[in-house]
Amino acid sequence: MITARGLARTFTARGRSVEAVRGVDLDVAAGELVGFLGPNGAGKTTTLRMLTTLIRPTAGTATVAGHDLAGDPLGVRRGIGYVAQGAGATPNAKVGEEMELQGRLYGLGKAEARRRGVELGERLDLSGLSDRLVKTLSGGQRRRLDIALGLVHDPKLVFLDEPTAALDPQSRANLWEHIRALRDTHGTTVFLTTHYLDEADALCDRILVIDHGRIVAEGTPAALKAQVSGDLVAVSVVADDVPRAAEIARRVPQATEVSTEGDAVRFRVPRGDQALAELLRGLDAAGIATTSLQVHSPTLDDVFLTLTGRSLRDADQTEAEHVPA
Amino acid sequence: MFLRDTWLIFRRDMILSLRNPAWIGIGLMQPVLYLFFFGPLLERITESTPGFPPGTAWQILTPALIIQIALFGSSFVGFGLLADLRTGVVERLRVTPASRLALLLGRVLRDALQTIAQAVIILVMAFTIFDLRASAGAIALTLVIVGLMSVTLASCSYALALRLKNEEAFPAILNTVLMPVLLLSGIFIPITQGLAPAWLYELSRWNPFTHVVDIERASFRGDFTTDALLTGSLVLFAMTALALFWGVRTFQRENA
Repeated sequence: MITARGLARTFTARGRSVEAVRGVDLDVAAGELVGFLGPNGAGKTTTLRMLTTLIRPTAGTATVAGHDLAGDPLGVRRGIGYVAQGAGATPNAKVGEEMELQGRLYGLGKAEARRRGVELGERLDLSGLSDRLVKTLSGGQRRRLDIALGLVHDPKLVFLDEPTAALDPQSRANLWEHIRALRDTHGTTVFLTTHYLDEADALCDRILVIDHGRIVAEGTPAALKAQVSGDLVAVSVVADDVPRAAEIARRVPQATEVSTEGDAVRFRVPRGDQALAELLRGLDAAGIATTSLQVHSPTLDDVFLTLTGRSLRDADQTEAEHVPA
Repeated sequence: MFLRDTWLIFRRDMILSLRNPAWIGIGLMQPVLYLFFFGPLLERITESTPGFPPGTAWQILTPALIIQIALFGSSFVGFGLLADLRTGVVERLRVTPASRLALLLGRVLRDALQTIAQAVIILVMAFTIFDLRASAGAIALTLVIVGLMSVTLASCSYALALRLKNEEAFPAILNTVLMPVLLLSGIFIPITQGLAPAWLYELSRWNPFTHVVDIERASFRGDFTTDALLTGSLVLFAMTALALFWGVRTFQRENA
């Protein structure tokens, strides 16, 4: 659905040039729900704006929804839906007017555009709001309207830029449901950017991590976490058994960072659930009883920390200052 | 496709304008005030001052007020675009397959129609309340001129707004440009060779809007033969073409 090679964009402002995106390669298959994760200013939105024909890449090529980005931008526009960061609807327009206009700009007839508006309204819990002014909607309703506007022409591929930014937790959870349904029920390929770890974790089949304009890691949320730091396993035993338990832990395949503290033995393994069986068999054979057993999955923040040496949240704060406009 | 898109954008903007008709009234405030509180003063001055162009006070003032409506009404339309940029509407429309030209023209036509409607109101007032006399041909010509001027100024305003993307710099630049343009076009006191020092007269000739005011005044006093008509029309067509070219280019340019 998306193939990009060496996509790059340099902004020049006041004689200074900023490389916002420095050669991004990405492949998204039909039906995938892919997340683009990175701190503010990492190049997420710039990449998205390139893929959606809003800005021209300074280098690289891409095929989006079956059309060449540089050669056939109109074809790309017909095939994709794009929901920008923030908003997209006119505050003083009525919900129904916006839906109809959007449909008609994609070439639908008047009746067809209206019918589609009603249908999407039902799908995205916006029924009965068609005569309301956009500015009177709640934050969650407005965001769902933005998404509905991006879906009027039933695109096979939808780009969502920070879909849940600035929403309250309830609206976020609700929107996640809708985004999942987009793919699960309607088979739409979804490419979204986020700098929320939980969002990427909860929604995406696959995550691309971008930092300083480059993709620094990619994989399923679970694989990313496993690959980078591994699960933390903590087992507590009777104090006397600690040295023997630690010895058994060391023999677990791929176990690293084995340490003891009080009556607890800790270590990291790529897959905690698999290591557990091995560990328990070993302890059992040695006649050691466990008093507690815990497996902590690493967060995506751990992943980012390992990859870049910075936490996502810190990166956000330090980078916000030199974000290209 | 292009015509249909233009119509759709025009209709959207028209609906939004009509939702807040107060703005159309506010745009009329200034010219109406001039009509009532300045026009009557001009009657005596016109008669007794040598160097004033021929025609009655109302034949001199009304065309000027109509130009003023176009000048101020259409120059600030870029604010609407800046608001649409801020709310993401511009981006949303730009990812649709809609023609880029239509995204500009739909707006510009709305502005032109709005300006023409305001001009009609001023003309009706000048005819009924005051002593304006002009032929139907002059009225028709005036409305065409005002429409073209509005297209010119609105296109420039949108292009400038897109280039600046800054809600503070935008009005600052506009005011800096508009005040001299307004004064040098001889809108209130015509800048004639009989009234103005030579340098001021020469300077005013460089202002394209002076020529537009000149055609309007000539046509109001029934003078359809003068050079003014030819020069003014050429200047106006050239300005409109250049402004549209700038606007379209800016709308098509990437990252606009």
